[in-house]
Amino acid sequence: MSKPLEVPTMDMENKEVLRRIEISGDMLLNMGPQHPSTHGVINFLVQTDGEVMKRAIPEVGYLHRSLEKIGERCTYNGYMPYTDRVDYIAAMFANQGWAMAVERLLGMQIPRRAEYCRVIACELNRISSHLISVGTMAMDIGAVTPFPYALREREFINDLLEELCGARLTYNYLRIGGVAFDLPSGYEDKVSTFLDHFEKILDEFNRLITYNEIFIKRLAHLAPIPAQMAIDYCLVGPNLRACGLSFDVRKALPYSVYPDFQFDVPVGKGEVGTMGDAWDRFWCRVEEMRQSCRILRQALAQLPKDSQIMGKVPRKIKIPEGTEAYSRIESARGDMQYYVVAGPGENAHRVKIRTGSFTAMGIIDALSRGLMIADLVALIASLDVVAPEIDR
Amino acid sequence: MTFEEIQQRLAGKFGERIGALSPANKDPFLVVQAADIVEICRYAKEDEALAFDCLMNLSTIDWPKRNQIEVVYHLWSYRRRHAFVLKVQLDRAKPEIASIESLWKSADWLEREQYDLMGVQFTGHPDLRRIMMPDDWVGNPLRKDYAEQAQWHNITTTRDNSLEGYVRLDELKKKAAEAAAASKKELPQ
Amino acid sequence: MQGFIDNLIRGWGYDPATWPWTQFVYVGFMGLFSFIVINFAAITGGIFSWAERRIAARMQSRVGPNRVGPAGFLQWIADAVKLLFKEDLIPAEADNVLFRAAPYFMMVGFACVFVALPFSHRLVIADMNIGIFYILAVTALIVVGIIMSGWSSNSKWSLFGAIRSAAQIISYEIPAGMALMIPVLLAGTMSTQGIIRAQGPWPWQWFIFDNPAATAGFFIFFISALAEGNRTPFDLPEAESELVSGYNTEYSGMRFSYFFLVEWGNLWVMSALAVTMFMGGWQVPFFPAERLDALTGWTAFFAEVASVLVFAGKTLFFVFVVMWLRWTLPRIRVDQMMNMCWKYLVPASFVGVLFVAGWMLIVRAAPAVGMAMHFLLAGAAAVAVIMFVQRVAHNLRDTGDKFDFTSNW
Repeated sequence: MSKPLEVPTMDMENKEVLRRIEISGDMLLNMGPQHPSTHGVINFLVQTDGEVMKRAIPEVGYLHRSLEKIGERCTYNGYMPYTDRVDYIAAMFANQGWAMAVERLLGMQIPRRAEYCRVIACELNRISSHLISVGTMAMDIGAVTPFPYALREREFINDLLEELCGARLTYNYLRIGGVAFDLPSGYEDKVSTFLDHFEKILDEFNRLITYNEIFIKRLAHLAPIPAQMAIDYCLVGPNLRACGLSFDVRKALPYSVYPDFQFDVPVGKGEVGTMGDAWDRFWCRVEEMRQSCRILRQALAQLPKDSQIMGKVPRKIKIPEGTEAYSRIESARGDMQYYVVAGPGENAHRVKIRTGSFTAMGIIDALSRGLMIADLVALIASLDVVAPEIDR
Repeated sequence: MTFEEIQQRLAGKFGERIGALSPANKDPFLVVQAADIVEICRYAKEDEALAFDCLMNLSTIDWPKRNQIEVVYHLWSYRRRHAFVLKVQLDRAKPEIASIESLWKSADWLEREQYDLMGVQFTGHPDLRRIMMPDDWVGNPLRKDYAEQAQWHNITTTRDNSLEGYVRLDELKKKAAEAAAASKKELPQ
Repeated sequence: MQGFIDNLIRGWGYDPATWPWTQFVYVGFMGLFSFIVINFAAITGGIFSWAERRIAARMQSRVGPNRVGPAGFLQWIADAVKLLFKEDLIPAEADNVLFRAAPYFMMVGFACVFVALPFSHRLVIADMNIGIFYILAVTALIVVGIIMSGWSSNSKWSLFGAIRSAAQIISYEIPAGMALMIPVLLAGTMSTQGIIRAQGPWPWQWFIFDNPAATAGFFIFFISALAEGNRTPFDLPEAESELVSGYNTEYSGMRFSYFFLVEWGNLWVMSALAVTMFMGGWQVPFFPAERLDALTGWTAFFAEVASVLVFAGKTLFFVFVVMWLRWTLPRIRVDQMMNMCWKYLVPASFVGVLFVAGWMLIVRAAPAVGMAMHFLLAGAAAVAVIMFVQRVAHNLRDTGDKFDFTSNW
């Protein structure tokens, strides 16, 4: 592992490396950065003989927007819309990570109703993020129909969240100290109606694709990740739970009002293949949607009746320089962590966002040896990587 | 184990080389020397009581006033369910530290990111090259004194403020209208 | 058709055997029928592209093309016109002659099949006594076209995609051919009209219900036909193929559209073959073939129309099934595809042929057994259809869906 790698770089003048690969009879191909899938702009340098890959080296950075540097320039409040863009498919979680980190810096508690609003918004977002993930994964395997079905269900959630905060994708709903808007009147009924409809759709989805014979043949035994390897590469979220390790930040390091709810954590069992293979990762996400429905029903039932949605936050948030705080939340893609060091004025001195997709990219090179190219597509889809999380 | 207990266990093994835990300024941390980092991390990983099997975050912070770059290691143990924070303070002019990629594979990409964005050299890393920025980029963007290069492969890195652009267009239109009015005044002769 | 032309010549007062212009009339009619066939094939391809888009959309809770013409019916014409106007790109390093010729090989291979397809009991262009053999031979030209297009594109992606597609098609020719031998055995002739006449007008008289091996043979043929036509679940040459388009990557404009015309037209060919060989072709219920032959005048005309409609109806049903499969099933991987062919379908088709041969001996000794098997299998199929309808109703009730043909046109 300590041998220096021969990776062709941007400097394609260096044809020696290419020549050596070509002599061995292999092709060096670029898969990307434009993919016919929604994983985003990521490039893969694939060394292959046409069928089986020798290596697949991911190249990222096409979507790098220097969000961490912007964090050093914005006020704490003003940075919230930027956190939406850290993971625009599961934007509520990115909002929550930032809000929790800054609230820890301030040392403040937020009202219970605000916490419940956060949980409702986040769990709805978890369902819609997983819908995209499983839909695109089915599409990458070749079954095109589950993707519009997933999007159709996601439209209901988009409508719900649009009614809540005015946006369909980048919500900017949470604030330092609470949430921006209270639940509209009649919202509980709308969400309940949606949940009643959605749970039946999940069963239909399972019948259509999850237990489909060809789907299983494509995904079972594909890139099984042993739990120890997953921990070493710091895989998080459904990727880690599929390997058999039952770790969910909502249960292990409870935050917000999650201790109030009863829900299960789906863990991969190798039901149709090896434990930790691509099918398990897919199945974990489908089951997590079901658990999110459970949490939502309980949250709606236990919603506090008052109307306080913002805590007492100073108008200008100034924190002594050098104060640092770390927040961990269970985002749709796993354990999202914010490391914030306060700066002298109204902004942070350093913001580091550690996302699940970034470390998941690191494992692709190791897993791709000996896979076929069709499997690489399935592997990337099963890890549910999104480019904005990787590149920030 | 709490932060204090972990610090005591490390001090028990490494004695003088482990200082005191910083006061809890919301989150405490432990500062160690750059030369010791691999040893300390290896002990943290292999010791049964500590069992830090996961490097969950690796960041760098630029402190130009102190002339330091801090490398921050956030360790996590799935077996014991405890976390710890190690910090190493490097000289800002020549920030070098040994790579811990041999201990935790997640350090591979995390260290590459900090090499790219902050310019910290991780000696012993198997593949230290840029990850976010293009390979031929000059400079380390996250540094406080970073000045962006004016162009990259003939693409400028600045863009006119579009509001100024509109003002310019308005001026042009006004001048054109004045010229037209002036020429019209001269016509009927 | 030759009989028809001969009768025409006699009607003009000449004897076809001695008249010097007979051959020219034949050539003239051949030109006319080729023109009709090519047009039919092309228009079928175009209409199926529209049908596929609408069917796919309705299955995916979408609407599909609905602006160009009623229910978007003229969309395929708009697309064809657009493709005609597109710039005709030929890569600089491509082999010019082969690059230009490849789509035509595919068109020829595909259009020639229509010559032997019987549309009704008198409507077949050339009822050769080697009908099915000719069809199998001519469809192999498609492979030549694919390999030529992949090779001449001078791009590694294209070449690998073409080789993979060629491997798939060539491999699946074997189970397809063997499965088609089953109706040939049962009918005793390779002529397509002969095979249809050997079946009867009612479903239990079709070859598919003749014996279990024939049913298996039908499914083997259907699966192999899907693979030969590059349809899901075997569409790796097209959809994925390393995320590029495989053998037709470098093609643009009208040449590109030839490839897809052939693909959609192949749906008709596949389904028509399945219907001809196994499901009784143009045989109209209530009217055995002899009664149809005996009719003259207007009743004969209506009988023709009826048998064409029956044939078209059965074929369109299978075209729908093929499209339905495309939008339901995921794709198989290349090694799994080859596995399935060589390890499962080829042995199964050989066993099937042997079984049918043995079965024919049994039936010759005891015809009642044959009849019983017909009714048994047909009954089993009817039960399966009823269970399927029940399942669909259950699914609809479960999700609270409804059939809605009134909106979203």
